[in-house]
Amino acid sequence: MSPAAPTPPPDRDGVRLHVVTGKGGTGKTTVAAALALALASRGGTVLLCEVEGRQGIAQLFDVPPLPYEERRIAAGPSDGGDLYALAVDTESALLEYLSMYYRLGRAGKALDRFGIIDFATTIAPGVRDVLLTGKVYEVVQRNRRTKNARHYDAVVLDAPPTGRISQFLNVNSELAGLAKVGPIRNQADTVTTLLRSGRTRVHLVTVLEDMPVQETADGIEELRAGRLPVGGVVVNLARRAELDEDERDRAVSGRLDAGSLRADLERVGLPAGDALLGGLLEEAREHAERRDLEDRQRERIDALDVPVFELTRLADGVDLGGLYELAAELCRQGMA
Amino acid sequence: MRPRTTPRVGPLVARPDGAPRLDVDALLGDRSVRIVVCCGSGGVGKTTTSAALALRAAEQGRRVVVLTIDPARRLAQSMGIGRLDNVPRPVAGVATEGGPGSLDAMMLDMKRTFDEVVESQASPEKAAQILGNPFYAVLSSSFAGTQEYMAMEKLGQLHADAVASGRWDLIVVDTPPSRSALDFLDSPERLSSFLDGRLIRLLLTPARGPAKLMTAGLSLFTGALTKILGAQMLRDVQTFVAALDTLFGGFRQRAQRTYRLLQADGTAFLVVATPEPDALREAAYFVERLNQESMPLAGLVVNRASAAPAGGLSAEQALAAAERLEAGDAPTAAGAGTDTDTGTDTGGLTAALLRLHADRLRMVAREARLQRRFAAAHPDVPAAVVPALSVDVHDLAGLRRIGALLARSG
Repeated sequence: MSPAAPTPPPDRDGVRLHVVTGKGGTGKTTVAAALALALASRGGTVLLCEVEGRQGIAQLFDVPPLPYEERRIAAGPSDGGDLYALAVDTESALLEYLSMYYRLGRAGKALDRFGIIDFATTIAPGVRDVLLTGKVYEVVQRNRRTKNARHYDAVVLDAPPTGRISQFLNVNSELAGLAKVGPIRNQADTVTTLLRSGRTRVHLVTVLEDMPVQETADGIEELRAGRLPVGGVVVNLARRAELDEDERDRAVSGRLDAGSLRADLERVGLPAGDALLGGLLEEAREHAERRDLEDRQRERIDALDVPVFELTRLADGVDLGGLYELAAELCRQGMA
Repeated sequence: MRPRTTPRVGPLVARPDGAPRLDVDALLGDRSVRIVVCCGSGGVGKTTTSAALALRAAEQGRRVVVLTIDPARRLAQSMGIGRLDNVPRPVAGVATEGGPGSLDAMMLDMKRTFDEVVESQASPEKAAQILGNPFYAVLSSSFAGTQEYMAMEKLGQLHADAVASGRWDLIVVDTPPSRSALDFLDSPERLSSFLDGRLIRLLLTPARGPAKLMTAGLSLFTGALTKILGAQMLRDVQTFVAALDTLFGGFRQRAQRTYRLLQADGTAFLVVATPEPDALREAAYFVERLNQESMPLAGLVVNRASAAPAGGLSAEQALAAAERLEAGDAPTAAGAGTDTDTGTDTGGLTAALLRLHADRLRMVAREARLQRRFAAAHPDVPAAVVPALSVDVHDLAGLRRIGALLARSG
């Protein structure tokens, strides 16, 4: 690492599993992908996992739908790291689990006839989550000596939304009273140990609106109550601060100087008609109003007492190039 | 009254981008429409749209009840449904102008709804036995799909109540933020077929039948279940399932009834989205799925669209001008009465406004492209486009404003 690089936060060392959650619509998959790219840019091998069967990663990276198999989907931006992706689905995870621990390969598939796959993967409370986090656990646990398996320097999990995240990760208490002993319970306990350790961080993605910020605050409280280590809050889709506070005040109260605006426009040869002038002033007012609201949400986020990272809204939307931009921004801010 | 045609709210005015316009007021004013279901992926503003539609319908004279799933706290408070009690409450402050309209609102309590289903189906002792089972506690509060199922169950109850009492003539339903488009339509069926299915019969067999029924297949099956779940959990499941056994038929019947209600003529689905690729992709799934299931789709609502700015300036022109202003290489407007100092002072501000303008134009162009794609794939789906507001909606005035935007958009 070059001496010019920003000093990494001290607690980042030793973190192997980054769990990314957020309210629907906040861009949690985008942030998870940007974080994975950012980590890969440090030269390591990184795995990006999704568990909700949405194929969000494939769409984001513009590759064919991901199978239950680790696929290389991108190169790190600079130092030649590698980014792999994996879509974990419950059924494959269950069959793999059975064949790994019970050598139930063929017989496992036969269980389908009885609807047991359906039972274990959709109905049995919590079992589904244990299977999904169990696969993530298996990947994180690998080391350089693990045979026939790739070792990852970091794993980024595009997790279920904030409203379900504690339930998803806190598989242990979910099963309490149901599976007091037994293999599923043991598996759940092992996974929980990893999730609560210093090797894991749970990051929350939000946008600067009332409800997502409220959910983020509630989510952090729940994670802390569940003794799950909170990483950072990533503010996504933020508006650039084009106007300073004084200018925003004037924009909202209609006190921006239309005369000098007109003069400036004419100076660069633009047709400074009333429509354009009025349009620009109206846009300024809306921008300022939105920014003021956002600043109030920012204050709430700052009060949460966790590291905060911020990604600007890309006007053209997020494509692969945009992802690299966001990844560079996360590196610059010291998240990776 | 308009004669009934299909689609119900037809292409009334063709929009320049090709998609027909969704006439929201015609939909809300159509007395034969008794149920409006708002569906779509998470975070697209389903709850706000449902509440705004319900309020608008009430203020236009319909007697409305709106079922919300997870409203923002302040919005819930302003509608008087801050508490979860699973009962519709009148909303204060609705401007019905002495007309017949009214608005009731409620927030779904999924566990309570499930409890009520069990209580209505089983004898008191049996119900107590079920409600006390640890398995039931998890199934009723966190089984994936329970929320969807219970939302549909509650809709069925409200509908029955509306028919019996005549208290409401329109039910507006918000749907849970499903993991995927399929959950919401599938979960009633899935839960009932699970409870009814072969697996349950197998689980029940050891508790009932003689040992000779233990075929090779079955012992493989229970063996595997024991391996995965542990013997104790398997026993709990069996006890639970045995207790629920008498209710199976009832569950299935109710699910089928709700399903038919969703297919009925008096129902209209609105698919809600934002002009983002993910949300529109989910919307496309919904549209296709609703067609497959013969469920009546009224149209698409696109929330939080960027409004096209006035001025006739292109993004490139605006950016180029901003750069020139910032570089300070613009020729001084001789004789325009602008002295260089003033020009320099405001130049930065003007450049900032031009950049905002360019950003907005690029977003508008991108959103228009996404919507055109959707319209090209689904040319018959009427759409309403609601511009993004610069302030949050958390009271009736805000909902009224959204309702007005919904109605005049297109």
